[in-house]
Amino acid sequence: MPKIFSRTESLNDAAMHYCPGCGHGIAHRLVAEAVDELGLREKTIGIAPVGCAVVAYDYWKFDCSEAAHGRALAVATAIKRVHPENLVFTYQGDGDLAAIGTNETIHAANRGENLSVVFINNAVYGMTGGQMAPTTLIGQKTPTTPEGRNKSGQGSPLKISEMLGLLPGVCYVERASLHNPREVLKTKRAIKQAFQNQIDKLGFSIVEILSPCPTYWGLPPREALDWINNVMQKEFPLGRIK
Amino acid sequence: MLNKKILISGNEAIAQGALDAGCRFYAGYPITPQNELIAYMAKHMPAVLTSQGPGIFIQSESEISAISMVYGASASGSRAMTSSSSPGISLKQEGISYIAGAELPAVIVNIMRGGPGLGNIAPSQSDYFQATRGGGHGDYRLMVFAPDSVQEAYDLTFLSFDLADKYRNPAMILGDGILGQMMEPILFKGAKLIADRKKPRLLPWALTGCRARKPHIIKSFYLREGDLEKFNLKLQRKYKVIKEKEQRWEELFLNDAKVILVAYGTLARIAKSAVMQLRKSGKKAGLIRPITLWPFPEKAFAKIKTKKAKYLVTEMSYGQMLADVKLAVNGKSPVDFLGRSGGGIPAEKAIISRVNKIYHAKNI
Repeated sequence: MPKIFSRTESLNDAAMHYCPGCGHGIAHRLVAEAVDELGLREKTIGIAPVGCAVVAYDYWKFDCSEAAHGRALAVATAIKRVHPENLVFTYQGDGDLAAIGTNETIHAANRGENLSVVFINNAVYGMTGGQMAPTTLIGQKTPTTPEGRNKSGQGSPLKISEMLGLLPGVCYVERASLHNPREVLKTKRAIKQAFQNQIDKLGFSIVEILSPCPTYWGLPPREALDWINNVMQKEFPLGRIK
Repeated sequence: MLNKKILISGNEAIAQGALDAGCRFYAGYPITPQNELIAYMAKHMPAVLTSQGPGIFIQSESEISAISMVYGASASGSRAMTSSSSPGISLKQEGISYIAGAELPAVIVNIMRGGPGLGNIAPSQSDYFQATRGGGHGDYRLMVFAPDSVQEAYDLTFLSFDLADKYRNPAMILGDGILGQMMEPILFKGAKLIADRKKPRLLPWALTGCRARKPHIIKSFYLREGDLEKFNLKLQRKYKVIKEKEQRWEELFLNDAKVILVAYGTLARIAKSAVMQLRKSGKKAGLIRPITLWPFPEKAFAKIKTKKAKYLVTEMSYGQMLADVKLAVNGKSPVDFLGRSGGGIPAEKAIISRVNKIYHAKNI
């Protein structure tokens, strides 16, 4: 019988450590598929974040580097400058990219580094127990916002993608989501576009992905997807930003 | 490069030493008193031609970012360096710990100024603890080199790249504002040595893309029980080898010295001059000048046979290297201390007068 579907080459045959219903597993696979569809596995260098996806390099089958929390885009800047012909991307969560690493993010983007960023927005710090992230919604309860995030004193959800869209060095900003199969496919197209932009030397590309965290949203996996659809995407509208 | 001496500042000599050693990547952030170094790199790095391509210079948005860039460049197989001064070096500690943890070679330059806090921009030696005790989190060590002249700043920078590669370990050049700013005539390495350093290096761990090989992973994360302990023990074995093989120092008159001065960097020049003055007046003074601060040159102390020798440690701090001297002397002889900080420099006269006092104490 002819084989019509198999695990994409850039994805290792490894059991992932993620919670049931977590979006990271899907996002990892989309990244791997995009790399393989472009035929770039042997030229790819990924930067894994600090956070739930810290061991992403155990799941991908290409060269990878760890980066200190928030420093992925500084590390990526150097790797890409040293190897301009390689595909270099970072995979970062909301705390990594938009809180502790905001400086690195904004300046790598503003320098127009020819890099691709896969930005996982799940509105919490998953690794450490679901605390408030820069993208936590107003009213959302977390261990550090037990009464719900309050605009006064805790600020509003940070729209880093829209902010990055203002910078001349940034060529592509898209917000996608993993809440249903159609959006998953659109997410993959966006990641592939971000990689293609880098191959075409167009500058800095970022794909923000709304990703479910059932564990720290306190919701069953199915309802977590509904929450993205009904609540989260109202604050973070999907589509092309730049 | 040139076959004759040229006049150059310490900061520029360090930059040129790095370029001659095959450094292809520099990232930094301006801070006094090391600004000549970053400017020299901005001017000369892009003209560097290595087998990998032209040199890369980045003025980063922060010290934290600069050291993270060095981490990335080193992970990619480039010889990489950053430089700063005390407050900036504090910011770099995160990245230095990661570089040590990922076993990446890199060179970090600290042209020390006064602290704590913003301190001032006057020369100082008060970052000794930070440099030799790790500085960042975790059980790691930096190789720390302390040049006392512009020539040695150039030579030790060149050497530090080789040793960082050899041991896959970060190295630090620890100077002070005087060394960074002063100009002296120096000789560069020969053309062949310099050309050698620009050839491709065989790095079986670097990130290059996994063509026809298994993927390489650069990391410092060992979550499974027992793994980190095993890795840390591997680091300890490496540090033991470095301690055994890489101690460097300069010594004067240790055969018969009754009072041995211990000083490093700029202050060692003043101490050396004091020793010469004392010898002229018939006093048996000697000198140990640590060139590596870690590994600390314990061997220099171990070989001293004169049981009656006493020590005077002098530093531009309130006693940091003093701790290492006391450990090396191990209670066998008294150790006195003369230090100033915050821009103050122990004067030759003050050193001589303290040595005389020790010399004439009853029990010598």
